Amino acid sequence: MTTYRKPVSNTWWLESKPYFFFVIREFTSLFVAGYCLFLLVFIAKAGDSQEAYATLILSLKSPISMVLHLISFTFILYHAITWFNLTPKIMVLHLGEERIPNALIAGAVYLSWGVVSLIISWLILGG
Amino acid sequence: MSKSNEPVLWLLFSAGGMISAMVFPMLLIITGVILPFELAGEVTFERIHNAVKNPVVKLVLFFVIALPFFHWAHRFRFTLIDIGLKPISFLISLLCYGGAITGTIVAAFILWRI
Repeated sequence: MTTYRKPVSNTWWLESKPYFFFVIREFTSLFVAGYCLFLLVFIAKAGDSQEAYATLILSLKSPISMVLHLISFTFILYHAITWFNLTPKIMVLHLGEERIPNALIAGAVYLSWGVVSLIISWLILGG
Repeated sequence: MSKSNEPVLWLLFSAGGMISAMVFPMLLIITGVILPFELAGEVTFERIHNAVKNPVVKLVLFFVIALPFFHWAHRFRFTLIDIGLKPISFLISLLCYGGAITGTIVAAFILWRI
């Protein structure tokens, strides 16, 4: 027996705010992949020669690079925040019988984010 | 019950999601403004050059790039299916995971060569 299923329109995500932000969240993955590609270029140039690296750094000063970085930063920040807010819902931790409160797990995740960011900037830029 | 690749793909998706969330915002600030405009003083070419040549750094960079590629592949696959491309879902899977595998191989190649 086949049951009738009402077809879903392809614009369902434009019909409500939560749906829209869900699709925006899913589209952040494009910017994640895009930045991976950029990192590969950066590594290749930095591993190549002083000239190649200098040219790349010069191109990073261009308005195009700044705009692309700003847009990518906005989307990736949205990815990071939505990701961290989901973490306590997925990671259910117990201490003995007690369930560790979501707020505590979220706090730990955000604290780690801060620490990791500091370590990265210290490693790359120096003390 | 038939075997499924989904748990492995989901694991790669979530590992890549966590790594990109933790690491990419700071990296974007560094490559976007701090390095080009020397906001933290001069960071020499030698410093960056020697860093990317370090085997431990290379290994870390490999995972920092490869896993987020798989995060993209898994999430984008379902995004495209959700917005109406279900009829070509096999082709989408092929392109997404194929893209992530290609990105991983390219990353390994670039890191190996330098």
